[in-house]
Amino acid sequence: MRTTPLVLGVVSAAILVLPLMVPPYYVTLMLPFMAYGVVLLGFNLLFGYTGLVSFGHALFISIGAYTGAVLTTKLGVRHMELILPAAALAAALAAAPVGALCVRYVKIYFGMLTLAFGMVFYTFLLKFYRLTGGDEGMRMLRPSLFGREWAGFSKTAYLVGPYYYFSLAVLLLATLVMWRIVGSPFGLCLKTIRDNPLKAESLGVSVPRYRWYAFMISAVYAAVGGALLAPPTGNVDPTLAYWTHSGNVVFMVLLGGFASFFGPLLGAFAFIFLQDTVMSVFPYWRLIFGAILAFIVIVAPGGLMGLFARR
Amino acid sequence: MTANLVNVLMGGVFHAAILFLVAAGLQVVFGVQKIFNLACGSFYALGAYTGVSAVGYFTSHGGPPALFILPLIVGGLAVGLVGLVVERGLLRFVYDRDETFQLLLTFALVLMLEDLIRMTWGTAPVSTGGLYLGYGQARVLGATVPVYNLIVIGASLAIALGIGWLLTRTAFGRIIRAAADNREMAEALGADMRWVYARVFTLGTMLGTLGGALVIPATAAMSEMGIELIVEAFAVVVIGGLGSMRGAFLGALVVGVLRSVAISVYPELEMLLIYLIVIAVLLWRPRGLFGAATA
Repeated sequence: MRTTPLVLGVVSAAILVLPLMVPPYYVTLMLPFMAYGVVLLGFNLLFGYTGLVSFGHALFISIGAYTGAVLTTKLGVRHMELILPAAALAAALAAAPVGALCVRYVKIYFGMLTLAFGMVFYTFLLKFYRLTGGDEGMRMLRPSLFGREWAGFSKTAYLVGPYYYFSLAVLLLATLVMWRIVGSPFGLCLKTIRDNPLKAESLGVSVPRYRWYAFMISAVYAAVGGALLAPPTGNVDPTLAYWTHSGNVVFMVLLGGFASFFGPLLGAFAFIFLQDTVMSVFPYWRLIFGAILAFIVIVAPGGLMGLFARR
Repeated sequence: MTANLVNVLMGGVFHAAILFLVAAGLQVVFGVQKIFNLACGSFYALGAYTGVSAVGYFTSHGGPPALFILPLIVGGLAVGLVGLVVERGLLRFVYDRDETFQLLLTFALVLMLEDLIRMTWGTAPVSTGGLYLGYGQARVLGATVPVYNLIVIGASLAIALGIGWLLTRTAFGRIIRAAADNREMAEALGADMRWVYARVFTLGTMLGTLGGALVIPATAAMSEMGIELIVEAFAVVVIGGLGSMRGAFLGALVVGVLRSVAISVYPELEMLLIYLIVIAVLLWRPRGLFGAATA
C-alpha cells in the first residue's frame, strides 16, 4: 500500500500531460474512460462496498445523458456546470422512489428489480417518440465549459482540449469525494452491511436506510458520468438505457476488480482501450469480451487488481 | 369485431406458446441449479438460425416443402446439445460461487453467442420465406389464423404436458424435484449431481433452441432477437414465480396476450405495461403470482 500514492501521482501526471504527448484519437478515447470512471466509482459503492449488484444502472446513466440533451437542445442551457448538477438532481429524484423499493430486496431479486426499472425507462425512451426522439434519440449540443463557448475550436480541438480537462476535473473531484465516503463511518457501515447485515442491524445500523443512501449516491454518480458521456458522441439514444449496457457496467467493474477502490477505474480504462484495440483488428469484439468475462469469473474473480495484488 | 379480437388473442397465444418454451428452459435451470440463465434468449436465437439453415438444407436437397417442420424440430433439438458443452465447459466451475458471478458468466455467454451467430449467419435477417403458409389458413370464430401457428400452439401445449409428466411421473423427474428442493439431501441419497446438472441444463437449452426453431417460419431471425427475448422471458418468470413450471405457463399467457392487446390498443404501452406489471409483482409478491410450487 505504501506504493499507492506514488502510483497515483505518476498516473495523474501522465493523464495531465497526455493530450500533449499522444495523437488526438487516443485522447478522445480517454473521454469515455473518464465518464465511465465516474459511473463506476458510484456503482462500486453499491457493488463492492454494499454488496448489491444492480442490473439496471444504465437507467441512471441514461437519465444523466438525456438530461444534458434536453437542457442543451430544448431549454437552451449550455453550461456544463449547470448540466451536471441538473443530471445529479434528476437521478436523485428518480433514485429516491426506485431505490426505496429496490433495497427491500437483495441478491437476485434486487438485480431483477433494477433490471425491470431500467427496461421501463428504455421502453419509455423508445416508444414516446415525441418526447424523447424514439430510437434515434436526441442531439446533445456542445456545452460551454469554464464559462466559455469555445466557438473557435474544431470538434476535436474542443474534445482534446477544454473538454478533456473538464472531464478530468470532474473525475478527480468524484474520486476524492468517493474516497471520503468509503473512509467515513458511513462507508464502514456499508461494509458491515455487506459482510453481515444481521450484525449491522443489531449494532443499530438501519440496513435498508443505508442501502438506500448508497443507492442514491451511486445513481447520482451514474448520472454525472452519463452526462459526461454524451458530448463526445453528440447524441443520446435509448440503447444507453438497455439492459446490456447495465451488464457492461458490471463487466467493467469486475474486469478492474470490485474489491479495490481503484479497481473500477482500471476496469473502465481497460474496457475502453481493449474494446478499441479488439475492434480495430476483429469486428466481433463481443466474442472476445465474452471469453474475457468468462475467464475473469471462473479464474480471476478479483479482476486485474486481484492479479496485480497476488504478485 | 369478434374476428379482430380473436386475431389479437391468437397472436398473443402464439407468442405465449414460444415464450413458454424459453421461460420453461429458464425455470428448470433456475429451479435445480439456482442460476438465472441470461443466455436462454441467446439459445433461442441460436435455435432460430439453426432452424432456418436446417429447413434451407432440407428443401434444397429435395425434401418436400410440406415436411419442413421435421428438419426444423430436429435442428432445433440438435443445436440444444450446445447446452451440454456450456455446462461441462463453463458453468460447472461456478456452482459454489456467489450468484452474481453465475449471472455474469451467463452474461458472458450472451456476448459470445451474439457474435458467434453474427459470424456464422451474417448480420442481415434470414428467414424461411412464406413456407409456413403452405399449411394453409384456418378460420377460427371468423378470424383467419395460419394453421402453422395452431400447430406451434399445440406443440407447446404438448411439451408443457410432457414436462409435467417428466417431472411428476418419472424417476429423473423425481430426482430433479429433489435436487431443486434440497441439493445436499438429494446428493446424500445417491443422486449424482454432476449428471443431473448436465442433463437439466441441456434440457433447459433444448427448450430454448426448440422455441427459437418453431417461431422462425412465422418471422425472420435477427441477431438481436436473443437479447430482446430474454427480457420478455424474464418478465414471464417473474410474473409466474421463479422456478415454477406452472408459473412459466401462466406467466407466458399473461405476457403474450397482454402484449398483443396492448399493441392493438395503444402501441406505446407495449412492453412498458409488461415491465410495470413485473415491478408490481416483484414488490407485491416477490415469489410471483403462481410461485408456490418449485420445479
